[in-house]
Amino acid sequence: MSSLAIQDAYLTYGNHRVLGPVTLDVRAGEHLILLGKSGCGKSTLLNHLYTENRQDCALIPQDLGLVENLSVYHNVYMGRLQRYSALRNCLNFIYPAVARIAEVTPLLEQLGLDEKCFSAVAELSGGQQQRVAVARALYQAAPVLLADEPVSALDGPEADRVMALLGQYFATAVISLHDVDRALRYGQRIIAIQNGELVLDESAHRLTVSSLNEFY
Amino acid sequence: MSFTEAMLSSLSRWSGGVKTSIGFVLVAICCLFVADLEISSIDPWAEMWRLADGLFHPSLMQSSLVLEALLSTLAFAFAGVALAVVGGFLLALMFHNAFVRGFCALVRSIHELFWALIFLQFFGLHPLTGLLAIAIPYSGIFARMYAEMLAQVPMLPARTLPSGTGYLNTLLYTRLPLAWPHLVSYTSYRLECGIRSSAILGFVGLPTLGYYLESSFSQGYYSEVAALLMLFYLLIATKKIWLRRWTLPALFLGSPFFLGDGMPIVWGNAWRFISEDIIPAPLRNSEAGGQWESLSKLSQWTSDIMFNQALPGIWNTLVLSQIALVVTGLCALIMFPLISRYCYSLPGRMPGYVLLVIARSTPEYLLAYILLQLLGPSMLPAVIALAIHNGALIGYLSGRHSNELVLRSDLPKRRLDRYFYELLPRIYPSFLSFMLYRWEVIMRETAILGILGIHTLGFFVDSAIQEIRFDVALVLILTAALLNIAVDMFSRRIQRYI
Repeated sequence: MSSLAIQDAYLTYGNHRVLGPVTLDVRAGEHLILLGKSGCGKSTLLNHLYTENRQDCALIPQDLGLVENLSVYHNVYMGRLQRYSALRNCLNFIYPAVARIAEVTPLLEQLGLDEKCFSAVAELSGGQQQRVAVARALYQAAPVLLADEPVSALDGPEADRVMALLGQYFATAVISLHDVDRALRYGQRIIAIQNGELVLDESAHRLTVSSLNEFY
Repeated sequence: MSFTEAMLSSLSRWSGGVKTSIGFVLVAICCLFVADLEISSIDPWAEMWRLADGLFHPSLMQSSLVLEALLSTLAFAFAGVALAVVGGFLLALMFHNAFVRGFCALVRSIHELFWALIFLQFFGLHPLTGLLAIAIPYSGIFARMYAEMLAQVPMLPARTLPSGTGYLNTLLYTRLPLAWPHLVSYTSYRLECGIRSSAILGFVGLPTLGYYLESSFSQGYYSEVAALLMLFYLLIATKKIWLRRWTLPALFLGSPFFLGDGMPIVWGNAWRFISEDIIPAPLRNSEAGGQWESLSKLSQWTSDIMFNQALPGIWNTLVLSQIALVVTGLCALIMFPLISRYCYSLPGRMPGYVLLVIARSTPEYLLAYILLQLLGPSMLPAVIALAIHNGALIGYLSGRHSNELVLRSDLPKRRLDRYFYELLPRIYPSFLSFMLYRWEVIMRETAILGILGIHTLGFFVDSAIQEIRFDVALVLILTAALLNIAVDMFSRRIQRYI
């Protein structure tokens, strides 16, 4: 069964054609990694997938999309806004519900943010903010994850921990990375983008770091 | 090369901003020839001397009355602005609708004193009159600004929300918090304007500061005027101290109790106002004549208003406001270096700050009232009043902008060189856009100053009300509103051209 599919699409960024024609189909249960130089169209591809399949996807954009003057808790809670009535959300906005805090806290613990639960996002470091965006996606618990460089601001061990969490929470995922080594460790299928085309589409276990380095 | 050729060739070199400015200056110079700018009072210096003497010897005769005036000034401002925040926010959410946009443009183009004059006929001297006179135009202003601020927030946070999140949730969790700092600072600025508006409402009889100022002034108690003014400045200058997040609930909840009781509303009058008084006179008694007769009477009535009141009013409003606009600009350009860190050291800037704060805290209407008493009725006091208040405001904004500039460290030694070669060219674009934004405000104020006896639109509105011809007054108020909307549209077009 195919989870997300693109059929012969031309993708644009502003008025600028970036990719195409692209044909891609992401099967349910697979973790797909996008590789390529910055500006090659990874973000455009992810954005397109998100726009077309918003129902099933959680998104971690490169710019995170956090509301910086709200607390970490509120930003994470936003992953489930659609599950509650506007009134319930309104009350939670003013006075966070104990049951919701109990749901959010374990996620924050796993990401090392539990002490920051009620700090404003603006007060956090770049790496901490990135983990807040990750927590929001985990909390949303959508079937598919679309993540654009979700560990770019984290150091090695921390990045691995976050990648492992994402793999564990999401059955299906499309993640763009710039670290070839990490791509091979966490991806089952690797796609490389070059000059506006998908130039490589291969299972991770058939690839090596050196064979991938040519795309950088 | 002849002189004209030289002029023409340099014309093509000038930027849009400079050309626009020259256009405005030329129009203002033409206006000078038709404007009445004479000093008609017999001995302005003697009166001015007495006023200055009073200003240096402030004294309060009845301090309890003054306290009451200050409290009710604050109360009308807070209650009115609070209502406007709620109304404006709801309207801002519907601002994509063309009808709502038009409605907001109309209500904010009518000055709060005109609203007060309308509601005085309707409610009488009841607190509702003052409350609505502030709340209604401010709602229109808030609606536009809030809508702009909510539209300018980054889109990404809303995009990352799960699908099916819904409009209200998206608003509450992303757009509102993202726009919050801008909304708060704008509302706080408007609250200061609300205090000024509230003070001015006293001039039409509400129990705010303007009422006491007018009565002290007309009796020549200048030391009392001075004391009242100083208290008013103190109130505005200390805003940051008493206006805190934790004082807000008390201020808003307390304000309705200090509005005063006023006179009871006579609902019969209110009903007569909307069912009879504001219906054009020829239509009111139309049972007798035929349809054609009443139609010809109506056109007679309309052309009477047009030629005897509206057109002269519009002409004088335009002439006065164009002169005032250019003088305001000159004032601002002269005053902004006073608070610029590239012109004076910190202690040297202090007098400038004090001067600008006092000048921009003084409502134009109040200044014009005082200057009219001193100089006699002509356009001159109005021009000076408008230029002092608005010039100080724009000077303050431009000065603050110049302080944000980062300039090279080997700046020219002489202050004048620095002004012309470094500061002026850099701040000029933003100065011009402040001015264009202010143009409409100056026009609205100019119309209102007519109430003081200068023959702008407000004069004809006020006379019509005194003759109990509310139908005529309403037509003239709408004329002033349309004039403001036209100027607003024109200034935005110029802004795009620059």
